[in-house]
Amino acid sequence: MTPAPSPEVLQAPLVVEFPFTRSLGPVQSAFLTGLRNRTVLGVRTTDGRVLVPPVEYDPVTADELADLVEVAPTGTVTTWAWNPAPRRGQPLRTPFAWVLVRLDGADTALLHALDAPGPDAVRTGMRVRIRWAGERVGAITDIACFEPYDGAGAGEAVPHSGEFADPVSGIVAPARLDYTYAPGRAQSRYLKALAGRTTYGERCPSCRKVYVPPRGACPTCGVATDEQVEVGPRGTVTTFCIVNIKARNLDIEVPYVYAHIALDGADLALHGRIGGIPYDQVRMGLRVEPVWSADGRYPDHYRPTGEPDADYDTYKELL
Amino acid sequence: MRQVAIVAFGQSDHRPDSAETSEVEMLMPVLHQVLDTVGLRAGEIDFTCSGSSDYLAGRAFSFTMALDGVGAWPPISESHVEMDGAWALYEAWTRLLTGEADTALVYAYGKSSPGDLREVLTRQLDPYYMAPLWPDSVSLAALQAQALIDAADTGADERALAGVAARSRTAAETNPHAQLTGSPPPEALLDEPYLVRPLRRHDCPPIGDGAAAVVLAAGDTARRLCPRPAWIRGMDHRTEAHSLGVRDLTRSPSTRLAAERAGAFQAPVDLAELHAPFTSQELILRRELRLADAVRVNPSGGALAANPMMAAGLIRLGEAAAAIHRGAAGRALAHATSGPCLQQNLVAVLEGDVL
Ligand SMILES: [Zn+2]
Repeated sequence: MTPAPSPEVLQAPLVVEFPFTRSLGPVQSAFLTGLRNRTVLGVRTTDGRVLVPPVEYDPVTADELADLVEVAPTGTVTTWAWNPAPRRGQPLRTPFAWVLVRLDGADTALLHALDAPGPDAVRTGMRVRIRWAGERVGAITDIACFEPYDGAGAGEAVPHSGEFADPVSGIVAPARLDYTYAPGRAQSRYLKALAGRTTYGERCPSCRKVYVPPRGACPTCGVATDEQVEVGPRGTVTTFCIVNIKARNLDIEVPYVYAHIALDGADLALHGRIGGIPYDQVRMGLRVEPVWSADGRYPDHYRPTGEPDADYDTYKELL
Repeated sequence: MRQVAIVAFGQSDHRPDSAETSEVEMLMPVLHQVLDTVGLRAGEIDFTCSGSSDYLAGRAFSFTMALDGVGAWPPISESHVEMDGAWALYEAWTRLLTGEADTALVYAYGKSSPGDLREVLTRQLDPYYMAPLWPDSVSLAALQAQALIDAADTGADERALAGVAARSRTAAETNPHAQLTGSPPPEALLDEPYLVRPLRRHDCPPIGDGAAAVVLAAGDTARRLCPRPAWIRGMDHRTEAHSLGVRDLTRSPSTRLAAERAGAFQAPVDLAELHAPFTSQELILRRELRLADAVRVNPSGGALAANPMMAAGLIRLGEAAAAIHRGAAGRALAHATSGPCLQQNLVAVLEGDVL
């Protein structure tokens, strides 16, 4: 038994980035296409209110809505918040006010940014107008921001067909979030040992099973695992599959074999690629050992050891 | 109808950074604590339900990792909500009411430290009209606070908001789990700069990591497991329209309706744990819940002292129950919220047997 060393926490940057592609219904499509054409559309509810931005279903009655109307590009601030330090992705690079604006002709308010010299220039009830983006694509960001405006209200919403040439039918909403990933005590110990080409599992104090890679808890007993046990380096293929699809950004020729490998001394199989043997000769029970690339921090793949195959009875519990 | 009670509550110490532990490592001591309190092992619980969010972890299906901490093999009866654990408790409560289970373990956890929480939370907004503008959680709360200050009938001003902050953080001095404790007087707080006007740092919750767990039990099982169970007399949750611009941000009709349906107005409560991450939200909730001045509000310090995402609402139910367990309250109200500007609201009424 090796006592667990005091954990030195590992951390690494983790970026989650995704371009969500979203389709639009008829109302949202008309609204966003309208913005591309410097036209602001709302939708009239069955009880006569005008919702801007428009939705397909009434938030009060749940009635389906499709009665489009045009409202003015001018309006009144209903509430605001001064943002002294704009963040990534927000509409303006310089300090600005977040505002909810009730456009003239609308009964509800739209969230956007207001370009103003400072918080003293902003108040609830102030008049504003849309500043359009130079390039418009059919997105809420076609409104670059709002700006102060001296004029009075421009009256009622007027009916609109909602028809435009070449309507937008979807948006692409790119998102990026930056994290600092920290794997915790058990996985930090595992990864640090692995960098020295030693594989540690952790034993459950209750059921005595050895988990690889350890995650800090025994999933059967629900208790912490903290006794480190060196396992491997050799192991047995318990099951496998033949991969025929080339993964993007992965420089491995297909077909290849991906396998569950029970390292000697472990009570759970981990997975890895099998190399050094034709793919159609890999079999359950094959004895394998890790192959490290020169600067690798984990085994690049596993290859046959040349030992006789393991008896099925020795690994059947680990399938 | 059978009666269901909260019979045990536990929480971690809430901290700004917990990089040395994984989610399951942070959660496990809390799970063991509540199970020890009632003398049960994980495998003896009939139903398990949890609340957490993949966007905090930055990983898909992140809740499955935490399941290792409850001993989910061989398979257990389990469910998960991608929101605050208070809603997991609601699911477990209904499960117990149907008679399908006699005991339930409910837990919730969130680590905000790996990401930028204000950006992460933008991903729960309407993806067509709001999310592309990246309005962060503090800015949205500031819009609500300004609306409250501008409204003629609320009496809310920045001094009143500072008073909520000072009272909460002073109360938290007796809460060993709190992340922020102690406060200068409200007048001194008003000298601080704005974070997003009209909110200053003291108007906002601390960003931190933490976990919480409760055990629910029905009828005689509850009496066997706990000397003074906190009976759930009613619970309800409601939601507002998702577009902020169609709502009156100074009101919370969903909280009012949930409270009515939970029976909150049938008799006065002596204690209320309100999930109000921003000072202005406490003022809104007090009005909707018709809380008399004599009601002790957030003696734990509330979310202004510790606001672990996805757990802070469950903690309100747990703190209210714990006050009943130790005889410090007879009838308590617990409230949880999820989403921006009090988007969704849950209200529960808890009672102890007459002493
Ligand atoms: Zn075990």
